[in-house]
Amino acid sequence: MAAVTLEKVNKVYPNGYHAIHDLSLEIADGEFLVLVGPSGCGKSTALRMVAGLEDISGGDMYIGDRVVNDVHPKDRDIAMVFQNYALYPHMTVAENIGFALKLAKVPKAEIAERVKKAAAILDLTENLDRKPGQLSGGQRQRVAMGRAIVRQPKAFLMDEPLSNLDAKLRVQMRAEIARLQRDLGVTTIYVTHDQVEAMTMGDRVCVLKRGFLQQVDTPQNLYDSPDNVFVAGFIGSPSMNIMVSTLGGTAETPTVTIGDQTLSVPPEVVAARPAIAASIGTEVVIGIRPEDIEDAALLPDAPDDRRLSTTTTLLESLGSEVIVHFPLGAEPFSIMDAEFEGEDAIEKQRDSSGKAIYTGRFSPRSMARMGAELEIVVDTGRLHFFDKATGLALRD
Amino acid sequence: MTTLTHGDSVRRKAATEMRLLSISKYLLLVLFALFFLFPMVLMIVSSFKPDDQLLRDTSSLKAFIPYGDLTLDNYRGVFDRVPAGRFIMNSLVISFLTVGLGLVVNSMAGFALSRVRFPGQKVILAIIIATLILPLEAIAIPLLMVVTKLPWLSFDGGIHFEQGWLNSYQVQILPFVANSFTIFLFAQQFKSLPKSLDEAALMDGASWFGIYRRIAVPLSGPTFATAAILTFLPIWNAYLWPLMVVQQEDKRPVMLGVQYFFQLNVAWGEVMAYLTLITLPILVIFLALQRAFIESIASSGVKG
Repeated sequence: MAAVTLEKVNKVYPNGYHAIHDLSLEIADGEFLVLVGPSGCGKSTALRMVAGLEDISGGDMYIGDRVVNDVHPKDRDIAMVFQNYALYPHMTVAENIGFALKLAKVPKAEIAERVKKAAAILDLTENLDRKPGQLSGGQRQRVAMGRAIVRQPKAFLMDEPLSNLDAKLRVQMRAEIARLQRDLGVTTIYVTHDQVEAMTMGDRVCVLKRGFLQQVDTPQNLYDSPDNVFVAGFIGSPSMNIMVSTLGGTAETPTVTIGDQTLSVPPEVVAARPAIAASIGTEVVIGIRPEDIEDAALLPDAPDDRRLSTTTTLLESLGSEVIVHFPLGAEPFSIMDAEFEGEDAIEKQRDSSGKAIYTGRFSPRSMARMGAELEIVVDTGRLHFFDKATGLALRD
Repeated sequence: MTTLTHGDSVRRKAATEMRLLSISKYLLLVLFALFFLFPMVLMIVSSFKPDDQLLRDTSSLKAFIPYGDLTLDNYRGVFDRVPAGRFIMNSLVISFLTVGLGLVVNSMAGFALSRVRFPGQKVILAIIIATLILPLEAIAIPLLMVVTKLPWLSFDGGIHFEQGWLNSYQVQILPFVANSFTIFLFAQQFKSLPKSLDEAALMDGASWFGIYRRIAVPLSGPTFATAAILTFLPIWNAYLWPLMVVQQEDKRPVMLGVQYFFQLNVAWGEVMAYLTLITLPILVIFLALQRAFIESIASSGVKG
């Protein structure tokens, strides 16, 4: 087991496409790091560079204390689990799991022993003589895991290993992989585009966009204090309501506008983050998590200056909560800045009068009705503030 | 009730149509099979007939019917006239070595050209494919000039190099080992294997040769069978090239034996007997490989 360190790693393809820009990461020994981001963000490329399947165009990559920039994949002592599992179809499960050991010329008896042990951990003992084609998706996934753990490598690399499984199996395997990683204590880099996997599995999560590192932090910190608008919008489901607003009032009585309505902000929010105070009187971007919005009917004591009037355009009842969609006058701020607008820019839904639709996560006791007038309460103490020009969080 | 009856009759009509369709399909297939079998039946039946009967029968359907004085005389005659055993042996050695070496060389070339990344890869593959349009007749003379100049290790009277490959096995084998079509065939096959298999094997510690031997080859059984059949046939049937390069009788392949029968008066019965003899090995090999071919197709349905 070893730490994995990336120092200003770059990847430029022969056609000139710059896939990774100055990526610096330190993955501690035994840590579970998740790389997450939308498709094309470079997360798989980064993983393949650690594996040695892609050349490094610039920067340094360390496994333990050793620079591995030019080390052949087989000499890096790392194991990888592929998205399509990449099991050898003509070999049995036992041969698949033991293949690396066989190539390493480990004695046959020891291979059999280690394969048996790995199979026991992964509940594959009864399938050892079967070929991959005779296994279910979940079993194939476990064989792929077995192939990785049997080698006792310095690090595991996993490239969207659960994306080919159905939803139920995915949840089960998610927990199994996380447990296995904890038990074995092997440094793991895990790539996914699924933020639920990222949040539930990783010790830390690294968010990438277009080859640029956005933020690396624990799942909770990413959620609570995103560094920029992209991370704010990407992490969390339903995603954060991000809109343009004017920060008004004074440092003692700050307010934000939501279209033609105004909310007051607790002064301690501004006091804790001086950059917000400095932005008073200017346009900023604010973010409101859907769970920080509640049906006013359920909070009769909420002060008037935290309330907004709107109408319900859509109700999605999930049993434990109700996702409510409603229009507000504030202009949405795209999580993709102008430079990147194009295929990734998500067109914000609008109502018939052209107002953008936002979402709230209400208690199931909410009596909100489709098409009816709605009054909502915003927990303004939990607002997120971003600079409108840079998209960076307003903090210090 | 009426609708039921109506439905029944419709169903019965459909079933009859289906049966008629399949009968006519099989009839057509049988016709095709007969069409391709007739020459072979004619050859085998004629090989047992004396020449006068054989010539009498050719103008009628009797040519396909084994009747009259069936005899093995023609076969005895073959061995009197031609060293048939030697020729068949020669052709077996030449064909098996060409096919064997060809499978190794061409599959490796196809693997390198489809899986390993190196500069100029596409250009090389394009050049190889371009040579497909050149028939042997076009390159026979230059090739002959080359093989007369090439050295070969000789052990006669101490180890030394001799110039010229004429009258040897190697002159009938080596020029045909590398085959552009087979390389192309293998390249296409290996290209169809998931790239992640290579990568998984690389991570598992395999070398490129290891990936070729342990992953690509075992997964490409049908292509090997196809390539074997496709290279075996032209080598077994080779006539022009051996005629040019082999004057010595003990190195001649089977096809050159045919000209032994076309001397002053042609013994058609013996020709047919000889042709039957030299067709049998191909048939056996073809049938054996065809079975392997079908089996490997069936097993390759298993994908990980």
